[in-house]
Amino acid sequence: MKDLLAGPVRVVNVGLEQFASDLRAAGVEVAEVEWSPPAADPDALALADRLEAAAGAAGDRIEAANGEAVDRMLRGDPVLVDVLPAGEAVPGMRDRLLLHAGPPVEWSRMCGPMRGAAAGAAVLEGWARDLDEAEALAAGGGLDFAPNHHHDAVGPMTGIITRGMPVMVVENRTFGNRAYCTVNEGLGKVMRFGGNDAEVRGRLRWIAEVLGPALGAALRSGGGVPLKGIVARGLAAGDEMHQRNVACTGLLLRELAPALARSVEDREALAAILAFIAGNDQFFLNVAMALGKAVADPARGVAGSSLVTAMSRNGTDFGIRLSGTGDRWFVAPVEMPRGLYFPGFTEADANPDMGDSTIVETVGLGGFAMAAAPAVAGFVGAGSAAEAAGHTRRMYEITLARNSEWTIPALDFAGVPTGIDARRVVASGIAPTINTGIAHREPGVGQVGAGVVRAPMDCFAKALAGLAEGLE
Amino acid sequence: MSTGAGAATAGGGRRCDGGGAGAGVVANRVRRGFYLDSVALMRISASLSGSEGVETVSLMIGTPSNVVILDEAGLLTEAGRAAGPDDLVLAVRAESEEALAAALDTAEARLDGAAEGPRSRGAAARFPGIRAACEALPGANLAIVSVPGPFAAREARRALAAGLNVLVFSDNVPVEEEVALKREARARGLALMGPDCGTAIVAGTPLAFANRVRRGAIGVVAASGTGLQELSVLVHRGGGGLSHGIGVGGRDLGDDVGGLGTFMALDALEADPDTRHVVIVSKPPGPRTEAALLARLADCPKPVTLCLVGRDGGALPPNAALVPTLRDAARRALGSGPSGGDPAGPAVGPAVGPAVGPHGKTGAAPPPPLAPSLFAPPRPGRIVGLFSGGTLCAEGQAILRRAGLAVASNAPVPGAAPLPAPSGNPHRPAAPSEPPPLPPAGHVFLDLGADEYTAGRPHPMIEPAMRSGALAGTLADPTVAVVVLDVVLGTGSHPDPAASVVEVLGAAAPDRPPVVASVCGTELDPQDYDAQRRTLERAGVLVAGSNADAVEAAIRIAAPGAGTGLEPEEEERSR
Repeated sequence: MKDLLAGPVRVVNVGLEQFASDLRAAGVEVAEVEWSPPAADPDALALADRLEAAAGAAGDRIEAANGEAVDRMLRGDPVLVDVLPAGEAVPGMRDRLLLHAGPPVEWSRMCGPMRGAAAGAAVLEGWARDLDEAEALAAGGGLDFAPNHHHDAVGPMTGIITRGMPVMVVENRTFGNRAYCTVNEGLGKVMRFGGNDAEVRGRLRWIAEVLGPALGAALRSGGGVPLKGIVARGLAAGDEMHQRNVACTGLLLRELAPALARSVEDREALAAILAFIAGNDQFFLNVAMALGKAVADPARGVAGSSLVTAMSRNGTDFGIRLSGTGDRWFVAPVEMPRGLYFPGFTEADANPDMGDSTIVETVGLGGFAMAAAPAVAGFVGAGSAAEAAGHTRRMYEITLARNSEWTIPALDFAGVPTGIDARRVVASGIAPTINTGIAHREPGVGQVGAGVVRAPMDCFAKALAGLAEGLE
Repeated sequence: MSTGAGAATAGGGRRCDGGGAGAGVVANRVRRGFYLDSVALMRISASLSGSEGVETVSLMIGTPSNVVILDEAGLLTEAGRAAGPDDLVLAVRAESEEALAAALDTAEARLDGAAEGPRSRGAAARFPGIRAACEALPGANLAIVSVPGPFAAREARRALAAGLNVLVFSDNVPVEEEVALKREARARGLALMGPDCGTAIVAGTPLAFANRVRRGAIGVVAASGTGLQELSVLVHRGGGGLSHGIGVGGRDLGDDVGGLGTFMALDALEADPDTRHVVIVSKPPGPRTEAALLARLADCPKPVTLCLVGRDGGALPPNAALVPTLRDAARRALGSGPSGGDPAGPAVGPAVGPAVGPHGKTGAAPPPPLAPSLFAPPRPGRIVGLFSGGTLCAEGQAILRRAGLAVASNAPVPGAAPLPAPSGNPHRPAAPSEPPPLPPAGHVFLDLGADEYTAGRPHPMIEPAMRSGALAGTLADPTVAVVVLDVVLGTGSHPDPAASVVEVLGAAAPDRPPVVASVCGTELDPQDYDAQRRTLERAGVLVAGSNADAVEAAIRIAAPGAGTGLEPEEEERSR
């Protein structure tokens, strides 16, 4: 108070704008807070406040746990080391097991695209002769389903992984853990959006038989491609690694091309591989996802930590995990993305939010790095660069750290907001901003648009309640 | 085809064609060698689709996969099919050829405009939370919280956690929250002003609803809004100034809160080298808190003036004095203020104008008890006070009580009668023209800023016209002898509050009762004290130099037999 009376007064205004403008007119420096009523229900809010303000032992424990957890996330050193069939690489992968995006979901509750993708994958694997038989098989309990996250893996949109699909292997060299993600199929009708016809399956076969082995050989011969630097340069070149991967795809291709040229003997096959990667601006998305999983996993299991280690959606539920609550999922119904649609499609065609790709937001990219990618800000409304920066600024309110290795030039090289603190999400009412593609609600149609979606506040409220149980 | 688009694509070919596909007509144009980010293209497409006579607009780079998408949407013609991956396809389906051509032209114009980008906005940046705001404003030291009451305590707590002093303007903060916040602030060595703190002046900066006054040696601790405003303008107009005016909220000296804010403010003002005299303005404290306060004041090395509106007498430490009105508090503080007078000395300071004539007509000394402008012939009857300031309403009631007059109020001071709630739903917002119900007889002082009158409409300091209906009704009431008003200036208040009073007076009958008003403001305020005063005087309002003077003038008109209630010697002194 003494300092205040010594002046000059510098004001943070929370509420009536009139006060701020009066003060500015009087020559006083003012920063205005964009206030809106809290989104969480009063009980959750009180719990978040309590956990955030907790003094003494409980508070120290959460702070220390969060410090440890986010430090593990920041110290990760992800390297793309291999591409292997899921059956060889992914722990626990077996016959008739389909891994899917999001928290656990049984066949009867699966959304259309995920069923479509699952049926297509079953045909691809030879478990069914056609799509009808595949659906009957699944409905009759003849196929097993499990979340990718339970097998150190992630997958975009429907996220279906079966044993025959090649997966990219990212190793976190600091901690020695590995994470897996399928190879991006490209745009248009693809399995990640529920596509399952002969064309989709044919492309997947080519990926399994030609592209995957070639990439694996190239990576093994070169000792792997360190990814942190590629992401850093990608941020400087306008990528945020969720909706925009143009720069990183090019940078990765630059790293891979010489080794591919050496390992692929058939020049036509080589040309097809190079053209496939070059023709797919989102090729790096799946690499970024495996990177995110590899970097987030070591932060799991720090007792007392409110750090979010996974956010994921299966088209029905949105689920999150906290470091301090082990492998428990806290779920709430997914929301509908808001965005822009391809010609001929509208919101009425859209499937609810889906995919493991939110792992990139979990580690500070995607919607959190929006300020680096003004080009994608159009998905959220007015689309100015200033608005893009606003999204990133909001995420600083709910994160524990800034990643000094991944910086955003447009924010004077501020590090991306990293490490979501569930307490701050509930307390501030600011939900994580997620950039996402939008799938058609019917299986087999594919992507119909792209946009932005918020993580449901309820997940975080439930997770805090779970964390508090463990603390008592 | 727009000329602008043509110029921008000079050197690049463009082909047009039209054709029918399904309902309406479809056409494509192709811009060769043109690239724009797909998001920007989708935004243009979305904004044009659905406009007059236009079904779908789609702008896409002509990659093979995009061409397939356009084809399947029935939006592709031969021109588009021939486009390459470096070309832009503009595809439109519309109801008529004219709409088609117009949409294509508009789309091209938008493409050419896209590169200009949005115009920079002058609006200052806003931040998503207190944390971010503090980061953007290094050295931030005060948060002003004016969000709805149920959320105010949370924001205040977050501000304290960020190391900020806090002014809580919001009301409806539960008292237990107030206590918790003040304890937390004390533990952190920070100030927590309010809740329901309408006014503060810190280091020369007027905060929330406050008047512009010069800096000086008088430090004020006030419960809430207009008490501090009135005191600060009287000090200013008397030639003095404020070191700081700290608002602690109307409940602070109640026994529930126990003076947590007042004690912290006293500590700060005691340590503040600029402050040489301390004034405390409040409702009468709770009994336990009053005892603690008096004990605390005995330790204060600086002279203290107490104005506990509605409280007279009581044992005080030697360095403290209790005065009945804000006017007297200003006088006493000025008397021992910047000029270094004796704290126990004369209660009349230099030129606190109210009791003396403000217009130079009072050349003769000693000054008469009333300025000529406050003269009105006696007109026995009842006094009705219509106040926008709660403390001013309370001060007026206290003056009537001391004069031995019964008074009723919706916000009664000790000894005043509570006014029954307005008939019907007390929280139903009355239309601005509808007068609040007056009881049929007796002196009545209404606090029109109280909750029952402001539910669903602005406070009368922000919108003085909400008082117009009540004023018109009162002026037409034959039992009313005189009307007392306050006109509150300063930041936050209406830019011309006198105007609405003048408007009502202009429509009143010639035999209307006289109106006595005080103007709470200074010549530094945006509304300008002198201009507001002249506006009122020209309309026939008797303008007193302070609220206390206005009420006393009203007593002289309506109840000439009553005393002022001041001690005989004080009355003598004030002459």
